[in-house]
Amino acid sequence: MTTTEKMKRSSRWFMLGAFLVAGAAFIVIAWGGINKNLVYYWTPSDLFANGDKAYGATIRLGGMVTAGSIKNKAGVSGVEFDVHDAGKTVHVKSSGVPPQMFREGIGVVVEGTMVKGGYFQCNRLMVSHSNEYRAPKSGHPIDKKELERLMKSTEGMDAK
Amino acid sequence: MTATLGRFLILASLLVSTLGAMISYAAGRKHAPEGVRWAQRFAYFYAALMVGAALVMEYALLGHDFSVGYVAHVGSRSVPTWVTVVSLWSSLEGSILFWGAVLGIYIAFATYLNRAQHLEYMPYAIGTWLACGAFFSFLLATAANPFLTVPAAADGPGPNPLLQNHYLMVIHPPFLYLGYVGMTIPFGYACAALLRGRLGLSFLKPMRASLMVPWIFLTCAIMLGGWWAYEVLGWGGYWAWDPVENASLLPWLTATAALHSAIVMERRGVLKGWTVTLIQASFLLTILGTFMTRSGVFNSVHSFTQSAIGPTILAFLAAVLIFSIALLAMRIDTLEAEGRIETAASKEGAFLFNNLIFILLTFTVLIGTVFPLIVEAVKGKQMSVGRPYFDAMVVPAGTALLFLIGIGPALPWGRSSRQQMIKALLPPIVTGGVLAALGAAFGIRNGWTLATLFVGGYAAHVTLAQMWQPLVQRLRRGDTFGNALVNGQLRRGRRRFGSYIVHAGAVIVLIAIAVSSTQRTSHELRLVKGQSTTLGAWTLKFLGTEIRQEPNREATIARFAVTKNGQAVTTLEPRMNQYPTMREPIGTPAVHSTVKGDLYLSIMNLDGDSAGIMVLWMPMVGWIWFAVILMGIGGLVALIPPRGVIPSEARDPLPASDASPVRASA
Repeated sequence: MTTTEKMKRSSRWFMLGAFLVAGAAFIVIAWGGINKNLVYYWTPSDLFANGDKAYGATIRLGGMVTAGSIKNKAGVSGVEFDVHDAGKTVHVKSSGVPPQMFREGIGVVVEGTMVKGGYFQCNRLMVSHSNEYRAPKSGHPIDKKELERLMKSTEGMDAK
Repeated sequence: MTATLGRFLILASLLVSTLGAMISYAAGRKHAPEGVRWAQRFAYFYAALMVGAALVMEYALLGHDFSVGYVAHVGSRSVPTWVTVVSLWSSLEGSILFWGAVLGIYIAFATYLNRAQHLEYMPYAIGTWLACGAFFSFLLATAANPFLTVPAAADGPGPNPLLQNHYLMVIHPPFLYLGYVGMTIPFGYACAALLRGRLGLSFLKPMRASLMVPWIFLTCAIMLGGWWAYEVLGWGGYWAWDPVENASLLPWLTATAALHSAIVMERRGVLKGWTVTLIQASFLLTILGTFMTRSGVFNSVHSFTQSAIGPTILAFLAAVLIFSIALLAMRIDTLEAEGRIETAASKEGAFLFNNLIFILLTFTVLIGTVFPLIVEAVKGKQMSVGRPYFDAMVVPAGTALLFLIGIGPALPWGRSSRQQMIKALLPPIVTGGVLAALGAAFGIRNGWTLATLFVGGYAAHVTLAQMWQPLVQRLRRGDTFGNALVNGQLRRGRRRFGSYIVHAGAVIVLIAIAVSSTQRTSHELRLVKGQSTTLGAWTLKFLGTEIRQEPNREATIARFAVTKNGQAVTTLEPRMNQYPTMREPIGTPAVHSTVKGDLYLSIMNLDGDSAGIMVLWMPMVGWIWFAVILMGIGGLVALIPPRGVIPSEARDPLPASDASPVRASA
């Protein structure tokens, strides 16, 4: 083996080592970044089951708007309502303007977090809908699949 | 009858592509000139069959032949003709058929352009293309058959309303497909180089060109997707790190890396195996993207198997992955480096850093996109990776890339003296500083945005200086301006000139993204008819609503008078479109674009005389669309081959008289 070949070899090992170190560092950073920024897809029951973890975590909460719970604040855009599933109810405060279809008894997904005041602070409110036409009925049983689909949608982009 | 003809064409294309792939590979191994000619014939034949099948489908769509399954699924007599025409790619089966037709056209073009050159590579390339074609024909013949015969109905439901709602949704998918499908061509070339066990510099030209074409389409497609989201979805953004969006970005990242590493390969004779790997990765990522968007796997990990399409594409993805890795493992040693990189502080060093960052970006986006799928499959828990992860990872990487756009072109190839480095690298700092100071004067306080402005100014300085350098040199030598412009920029250094146009576009895009995402202001409120609201210098007065019947929908239009500093500017008309097939109306925001930014008005709900609205001021957004188009134009300029200059080695001899020994065949 000539010296140049030896040098080539050692530089190749050096390159490989550098790549491994860089790769490992990247994975550590990415892993930490992902774990810090997870968005959980929960129902009200899941939210209660997770206890303190719900405070400060980003959550997409899916459930139904409880009948008689919607309170529009006069003069401002915000809205308050309850979201429930079979077992639990969560009080939600939203600062934005709700979408057109928002009403009692409809499936909704709200994105936000639990705050210490004991309510869910919502940044985004999405209403369950499907592409097939069905006459909107208040109080029809919760469509779990539909809610799951909505939870995973990003502003309707999946409808493409 | 039409359905039968369609099915016949699909089956024929399956047969032709399978046979053609086998004959092509055999011709490549045997170095038989006659075999090469047969491979070419099969390529043309496959293209004709696929284009024919797509035309048959268009015929059925336009004739409202509801006995054809796909027409019954997406056709309607009540939609405008243009919607009927584009229905071809509005739903799954049709889009795969469209894919096949586009693939056929690409294959035919690439085969024709190289009908008399690179003939020792071409059979392997044609074989690989036809093998991919065979997969899509198989998909069309089985899981995604658009030509099923169904009982004829009188009318159909029409395509997805989102397609009808905005013209951008009509041109976005073809661009995306032209980008996605086009990656098959460089993939075929890369496999051909590996199978042949040689990658000569003359073969780099068709490889680069074949990569540049889909790159241009993909660049525009990503922008069009973002633009569509911005113009239609009404949440006031253009990018949400949605899996569908990420799927289009991933192959773009690796393809951009490959375009850069190919330059180093051309100049220094190194990074051959690496470039080939990047090209293969780009193709794999287009298939992964197709799987992610077409299988419904993001709706539910467990239900994507309900249709056969997801598993079939996944199987193809696995097969291509195994084939690519095996081919690389066995043959990468044959692509020997002909030179070496001497120092990191050089142009080639900057290219290496560029590639490193693009790879990190690819992994960042890939991990963030796929992670929720793995968690759901393993643990059964549902979650997604939030936007902050992507932003935290991508913003520093994007800033570094922008800096490299400045540093790379400024640095000379190979070793250079300290004086040369200082002369090349110091002056642009002034421009960067000026731009950052300008940003600060306009009230920008975000650290990353100011950093982006600084490196953006630096990069802009270098790009413009490099872009006009040949012109300036010619003018100094006493050339007339016209001659210098034509000879220096457009005739000789066209590829260089084009690349710098792309860089200029990229600089603008990155600055505009940084500014628009950090400097936006918004306001959500409810207005009653006659009331008004202000945002910055703008005042919007709600004039009322109007209901308008349109052939395929009912539109509720809200009207707002817009004034700026008391002067009437325009009337904005955001609307809610109600389609008969949808329960919920689709809101369409109204945008008033200016050079400085966009006034964006979206209606959340309408209730009699009251409207819930979101008003946004989005600075510099329009620059993104304009600059991406500039990038596409730059790519086109770089693509047009220099006329009249035929490199001596471009015309490879026929395989039979191939003088150079094929090392890997031993």
